Amino acid sequence: MIDKASDGATPGSERAYRSFYWRYMVEPYLYLTPALVLIGGVMMFPLIIGISYSFQSIELLRPFNTGWIGLDNYLDLWSDRKFWLALENTFWWTFLSISFQFTLGLGLAMLLNTHFYGKRLFQTLVFLPWAVPTFLSALTWSWLFNPVIGPLPHWMAGLGILSEPYNILGDPDLALWGPIVANIWFGIPFFAITLLAALQSIPSELYEAAAIDGASPWQSFTKITLPFLAPMIAITVMLRTIWIANFADLIFVMTGGGPANSTQIVSSYIFTTAFRKLDFGYASAIAVALLVLLMMYAVFLLWLRKKLVKV
Amino acid sequence: MMHQSFFTRSFLHIGKYAALSFYLVFALFPLFWLLKIAVTPDQLMFSEGTRLWPSLMTIENFSIVVLQTDFVAYFGNSLIVSLGTALVTTVIAAATGYAFSRFDFGGKRIIVALMLITQMFPLLMIIAPIYKIIASVGLLNSLTSLIIVYTAFNIPFASFLMQSFFDAIPRELEEAAMVDGCTRFAALRKIIFPLTLPGLGATLGFVFTAAWSELLFALMLISKNETMTFPVGLLTFVSKFSVDWGQMMAAGVLALIPSCFFFIFIQRYLVQGLTAGAVKG
Amino acid sequence: MAHLKLNNVVKRYGSVEVLRDINLDIKDGEFVVLVGPSGCGKSTLLRMIAGLEPISGGDFLIDGNRMNDVPPRDRDIAMVFQSYALYPHMDVARNMGFSMEIRNAPTQDRISRIRQAAETLGLSVLTKRLPKALSGGQRQRVAMGRAIVRDPRAFLFDEPLSNLDAALRVEMRLEIAKLHQRLSATMIYVTHDQVEALTLADRIVVLNDGNIQQIGSPLDLYERPANRFVAQFIGSPTMNVVPVESDGNEMVIGKGPAFTLPHLPQGAVVTELGIRPEHFHVVDPDKGQFKAVADVVEHLGSDTNIYADVEGIGLLLVRRHGNIAVRSGETIGLTIQKSHVHAFDANGMALRF
Repeated sequence: MIDKASDGATPGSERAYRSFYWRYMVEPYLYLTPALVLIGGVMMFPLIIGISYSFQSIELLRPFNTGWIGLDNYLDLWSDRKFWLALENTFWWTFLSISFQFTLGLGLAMLLNTHFYGKRLFQTLVFLPWAVPTFLSALTWSWLFNPVIGPLPHWMAGLGILSEPYNILGDPDLALWGPIVANIWFGIPFFAITLLAALQSIPSELYEAAAIDGASPWQSFTKITLPFLAPMIAITVMLRTIWIANFADLIFVMTGGGPANSTQIVSSYIFTTAFRKLDFGYASAIAVALLVLLMMYAVFLLWLRKKLVKV
Repeated sequence: MMHQSFFTRSFLHIGKYAALSFYLVFALFPLFWLLKIAVTPDQLMFSEGTRLWPSLMTIENFSIVVLQTDFVAYFGNSLIVSLGTALVTTVIAAATGYAFSRFDFGGKRIIVALMLITQMFPLLMIIAPIYKIIASVGLLNSLTSLIIVYTAFNIPFASFLMQSFFDAIPRELEEAAMVDGCTRFAALRKIIFPLTLPGLGATLGFVFTAAWSELLFALMLISKNETMTFPVGLLTFVSKFSVDWGQMMAAGVLALIPSCFFFIFIQRYLVQGLTAGAVKG
Repeated sequence: MAHLKLNNVVKRYGSVEVLRDINLDIKDGEFVVLVGPSGCGKSTLLRMIAGLEPISGGDFLIDGNRMNDVPPRDRDIAMVFQSYALYPHMDVARNMGFSMEIRNAPTQDRISRIRQAAETLGLSVLTKRLPKALSGGQRQRVAMGRAIVRDPRAFLFDEPLSNLDAALRVEMRLEIAKLHQRLSATMIYVTHDQVEALTLADRIVVLNDGNIQQIGSPLDLYERPANRFVAQFIGSPTMNVVPVESDGNEMVIGKGPAFTLPHLPQGAVVTELGIRPEHFHVVDPDKGQFKAVADVVEHLGSDTNIYADVEGIGLLLVRRHGNIAVRSGETIGLTIQKSHVHAFDANGMALRF
């Protein structure tokens, strides 16, 4: 389309338009098409299909019981105690995981922002848990909690936290702590890395100026470090909240949602419903409910961001 | 006033090193335990259950896992899936990231927003429809289906990552090449491609790590022993023979190796990788 | 060697016009400098000539051939970028020879051209180095070498010296002047630095706000600026512009005596006068047209700058050659050298007389 043309036969405006059209509408899409096709076919299309499933009865174990059933799945969901329990668990799971991950991650980032001997090696080693495949983290921690081969129950009993060395993953009151601890272990590096990057972007002159103005280390932390990190912290925590709320791998491997659904979160409930019960209609209804909740959260986020940016 | 006392300073000093040791122990202890059980001989498993290091070491568990179980095949399957996913994703994401970085085009904002949204919503939501679609095209229990699904899942993240690498290369280099006589594509091939090799490597590493870890979709889509990936195989093994601790952990240690390898490889780019897509837009 | 012509060239981004009706005729072998404040569109114009920005309207011709839709690679134009844009993964020799490599020129030819260019620019010992191992000045030379090797129809320079320190900038400015003398090639040079413009150009094009303000030789622009913008943009220190009260014949500045400018066109109404700092006489307080108080005096050795506070006018900058014995706070007399005065009408256009 664009080539050497010195004849000048075509009017300039049309040529300019064509070359504009090429650069603006055609050429970029040559690069984008494979990605768009895959995302459309493997994510967007199934999402729409999934929404339609939520109005149907699709149980692979009962193949003849298939068809449109209107809002029945949603009515079942409304009166499903397990779903409401899963919602509650999702909240605790997310809140506790992110609080510990963030606090410990910030501590690690601040340590890494100082100088000490062997820092590079230290950094590689403490970030290693991030690279451990999640299924393996889950298995490792469930073994650590196992009184037969793991030391944790014995140590906890020794410290008086447990009356005797037993597996907390089998105790409905404590089981959720198992995956939470594994999640903290797995998630500290993420916060440490992102916060460290943010810390290093604070100009050191600011601290020098504060020191000259007579600020104590604690004052520099609260008056300079935290305000500087605040926007980054807000965005990271908000996005990470979504991610953790939906992170079902650890729970599925460590407890399978049990005992007695005491560790089931919404996304693991979707998975067990689809994978164990093969009830796709109901699983899709839970998924749509989750989607709606997440959208509400996203709207809340956008609103919050607007408020924060204004101030 | 200006000088902290000797005691305050040494107290801070000790506190810092105590904190460093805490993080180090917390990070490494579970992995150390994995390795410890893996090298503990069966007969000592229970008698020395909580000792920090067994009085006798063995590599028998490893040899059983490698020689007598299907783990080598699982390992191979995972390698095929992860490498395949990483390669295809990186090529596609490089093209997408390049378009994001270098072109201003109709619908760009919508496409970027769409990709960001796919990053935010849980993929488990679509596990049922994906199962049905894969089943209807007859790709259940095939590694191909996993590669396709993983590639699609990783494209948004990998595209933003690649975009950040392209953004770091000045546009003027391409323009200089175009003035020097290159077409846009030739400039891409001769100038941009060699400069973005580290970025391509990092993207490859990130996607490999992600694909290597994926469990739930693999569990759903693969049920035949021949095509099981490592996570699926290990989990099946755990639920079948839940007392062969040593062998399970030996298998776990083996699964850790590729991850660690790629981790060391991509460490320099962790910040870029973890913030790609999250902070942009 | 080429003759470049722009006819009513326009650049739009959406509905915003950043360049309006640019008409420019650049003769073979001419050195034209595009100068103007940042954001005036000078770099955009250069990039349109290079083919890196599409032309929204009008025609761009090289040697009579319309080039609007010809991609940069087929225009046979070389460009030196502000950031140099050296390919970081290629050594100096390969950087310089890249355009020939792309065109599959014979290796022998390429090597000899690179060697020749490297010698001219004093880069012979550096040809195996990567750009990151070069100093700023050396990188600049390589960027020029890359252009020279090609022997193009025209050279484009986009603020090539702005990343160099002051001393190096003067040195490289001379090199570019010598290069033009030797190659006598068509060159278009963009800068915001009027000293570069005045020293290098055969002709200067002053741009502001997307419009050409004036085209002329350096001396032309200095002596006969077309409007107030050019008058204040060219010349350092900046020209003093003061409001005048005029009844069509006699004019009064501040509280000074009335005076006339002969040969003004009939009916022209002067609203402002421009006087360059060097066009004042400093005299005894009672003998000048104006009485002024020297507010700040700067002794530069070769020159003396006096910031003179004139009643009813404000601060005027006066520059005299050599060392003038005036202390700050002292009262002095000022006289305007009437033959060097510039007169502007209400639209800021210069009135010729």
